[in-house]
Amino acid sequence: MDNLLFYLFTFLAVGGAGLVVANKNAVNAAMFLLVSLVGVAGLFVMLDAALMAFVLLLVYAGAVVALFLFIIMLLDTTPGSMKPFKPATIAASTLGGALLLLGIYSLSKNTMLSSSPATGAVPTLKNYAEQLFTTYLLPVQIVGFMLLIAMLGVIVLSKRFDVTEKKAP
Amino acid sequence: MNPIGLNVYILISALLFAIGFFGVLLRKNTLVIYMCLELMLIASTLALVAFSRFNGTLDGSVFVFFILTIAAAEVAVGLAIIVALFRKRHTIAVEELNTLKN
Repeated sequence: MDNLLFYLFTFLAVGGAGLVVANKNAVNAAMFLLVSLVGVAGLFVMLDAALMAFVLLLVYAGAVVALFLFIIMLLDTTPGSMKPFKPATIAASTLGGALLLLGIYSLSKNTMLSSSPATGAVPTLKNYAEQLFTTYLLPVQIVGFMLLIAMLGVIVLSKRFDVTEKKAP
Repeated sequence: MNPIGLNVYILISALLFAIGFFGVLLRKNTLVIYMCLELMLIASTLALVAFSRFNGTLDGSVFVFFILTIAAAEVAVGLAIIVALFRKRHTIAVEELNTLKN
């Protein structure tokens, strides 16, 4: 049963990811990104990290993909305008991807990687909170500050500066 | 109990990363390139959660929180840049954005 679920989630994650790249339409690509996310969230649940799966779905499905769809609709680009790939691009990316996969494959053959999960209690929400507010207190503060800066940056970027735009030719 | 080893998770993570990498290199639409960047970030979070689970430590999973926050901020800023670009140039295809080339 566990194995079956694992294969299902792997299929969803990898298949969705492949269709994101292969799809002509940007809206469909965003939808397949969502499918891939659900697969990865399922894998998180199988790794006993249900909280991470929940946060992933909340942030990505709730915010990121919705933002993508919003921008796609706002820009109104013509769908189905994918040009054929250049042979040099295909060769370079195949070589790069093959090298990456080969490296990771040889790493995963390493016997030092444990084949069974660590024993002991599954981490609860309380453990996460304790870590975030003791060991990782400074990074949390910095990340919060970075969100503020990102928000200010977005406001500045998307605001229309009429004075400067009239001067531009 | 979980019979699937750590190396399988690492391989899936690498596969997802490679697919995102292909997308960034092959696609011409800036929005799809952004989606593929997100895919690469998700692949790295999968590896982190797997390492965290198999080593019995919490640090990897806590790091996923930071990655998600950075990803959200990155998407917001990136899409704002794309909108500003579209307003100026009326295109988001990367091969037409070559002002700095000459």
